[in-house]
Amino acid sequence: MIIAVASGKGGTGKTTIATSLAFSLSRQGVTVSFLDCDVEAPNAHLFLHPEIRRTKDVNILIPEVNADLCTGSGRCAEVCEFHAIVVLGGKTLVFPELCHGCGSCTLVCPEAAITEIPKTLGILEQGITDAGIDFARGLLNVGEPMAVPIIRQLKKWCPPQPGSLVVWDSPPGTSCPVVESVRGADYVLLVTEPTPFGLHDLRLAAELTQELKIPAGVVINRDGFGDAQVDEFCQQAGLPILMRIPLERQIGEGIAQGVNLIEIRPEYEDRFRQMSSQIESLLVEDLVI
Amino acid sequence: MKQLVVLSGKGGTGKTSVTAAFAHLAAEGDNPIQTVLADADVDAANLELVLAPQTELREDFWGGKLAQIDTDACTSCGSCIDVCRFDAIGTIEQPGFSRLVADDPTIYQATNLPIIDPVACDGCAACVHQCPEGAIRMQDQLAGKWFRSESRYGPLFHAALIPAQENSGKLVTLVKQHARLKALDEDFDLVLVDGPPGIGCPVISATSGADLALIVTEPTAAGVHDMHRVLQTTSHFGVKALVCINKADIHPGGTAEIEEFCRDQGIGIVGQIPFDLTVTAAMVNGQPVTAFQPDAPASRSLRSIWQSVVNALAELPQ
Repeated sequence: MIIAVASGKGGTGKTTIATSLAFSLSRQGVTVSFLDCDVEAPNAHLFLHPEIRRTKDVNILIPEVNADLCTGSGRCAEVCEFHAIVVLGGKTLVFPELCHGCGSCTLVCPEAAITEIPKTLGILEQGITDAGIDFARGLLNVGEPMAVPIIRQLKKWCPPQPGSLVVWDSPPGTSCPVVESVRGADYVLLVTEPTPFGLHDLRLAAELTQELKIPAGVVINRDGFGDAQVDEFCQQAGLPILMRIPLERQIGEGIAQGVNLIEIRPEYEDRFRQMSSQIESLLVEDLVI
Repeated sequence: MKQLVVLSGKGGTGKTSVTAAFAHLAAEGDNPIQTVLADADVDAANLELVLAPQTELREDFWGGKLAQIDTDACTSCGSCIDVCRFDAIGTIEQPGFSRLVADDPTIYQATNLPIIDPVACDGCAACVHQCPEGAIRMQDQLAGKWFRSESRYGPLFHAALIPAQENSGKLVTLVKQHARLKALDEDFDLVLVDGPPGIGCPVISATSGADLALIVTEPTAAGVHDMHRVLQTTSHFGVKALVCINKADIHPGGTAEIEEFCRDQGIGIVGQIPFDLTVTAAMVNGQPVTAFQPDAPASRSLRSIWQSVVNALAELPQ
């Protein structure tokens, strides 16, 4: 079973939920693998403490023009949707930071004057945690705009193993990096807080899961402050509320120090196991219907 | 005219609450700072929820393009599948693609026509140029809307990306361009940009052209980790950054760590905001905290931080 943890709004507790779920199930003897798909601001390693065993660069192929062969036909510039290659005064220039690495320019060059060279966008790391969780993450290089290729490569590098619980910790938001992160999941856990910002962004995140046709449920974090509108929305939208974590200073302080929720409040271990079973039954119901 | 962007790396550290308070503080008093506001978090735009904007202009945002196959012209030769580097084209024999045509699979079963996964399609058009039959074309996608509104504290440019759409960086650039043009045309003092979380494409778009970045961090393991990433990003693009520490009292050790780091790196800290539930109460009431309860501990800190930011902006060269 693959569970993606997403949210819309940032800072609602995605990583807390994702790491606690992985930790609880792993201690029960389940084989767990964890991917930190928030490649811009990855934090799960701070709570899971993996020992990294292998790494891999993420490259895309960008064009390099052989000036001796180039006749300045401009075919490459015509086909590039991203304005990453242009012809100025008969000279062809490449803008690597705009290139998506699609290879179209290379294919259309009438003189075969373009070769492709790898450009590194970031890195993948894989290892194992003390609790036996198979852990991997991607890390976007500073200054690089494109998170999606890193997430895509991360998922290819660490394909889900049958019979295991797979947890994908997603970035905040509702655009392409989130789509890439939750794509292919069996279930999405949407983590929110009971505030107007939390509600607004939960609504968008729920739309995203509908668009992708992935069933979703909600975890309300920092429950007991703010207002009741998140509850009302979940009821209207038919989103099951699978867990509530109250706003408590002790939890906040612990997480601030990089302590896992299960270590702060051991009673949550059982609650996460129950939630996982509940998700499994919800998915079975879905299949039956 | 100066441009200030509020960033954080980690989400949920309080960017929007700080930006909203700044919008209020800029507008109040005897010598208001004429400010145009821009919400550059187009995935999850929240600034409007506390500024009560009246929308005056709504425009469609056409984002990326998607490939579409003319099934009549296609001969199922498969060259599009071979050239696509985004695994966005496949056939009904692959589970990921059969799902996409589950409603009407007949023609795909009979002829093994290629199927495009619109979510995976990058919009590069490589397939269009390699199709021997000219059977593929690119179609513009409506990716969202952008708005010009009048808020309590001045003009607000904001947007709403349709969930699951691409090109949020492009939409951020568009929102900022309009805010900037308005500020230049009408001689405003400041463009105040509420940035998105992360360090990737929308953050780079939000940061470009900024005179100053204010990093809102929190003294948590994750907050500190991501503050490093976003400070590396502003430094990479040559934008001066200042730091403010939100919820500073939830982990004094973390606050001390941030202070030490900033001192070593020569990065100015403009202040600390205590953990204060009044901030949430203000949000529930649809107001910046400084307007909702001017004497709350968070409001007092924000007023002093705003003054430091104003001073820092004044010291920057034009």
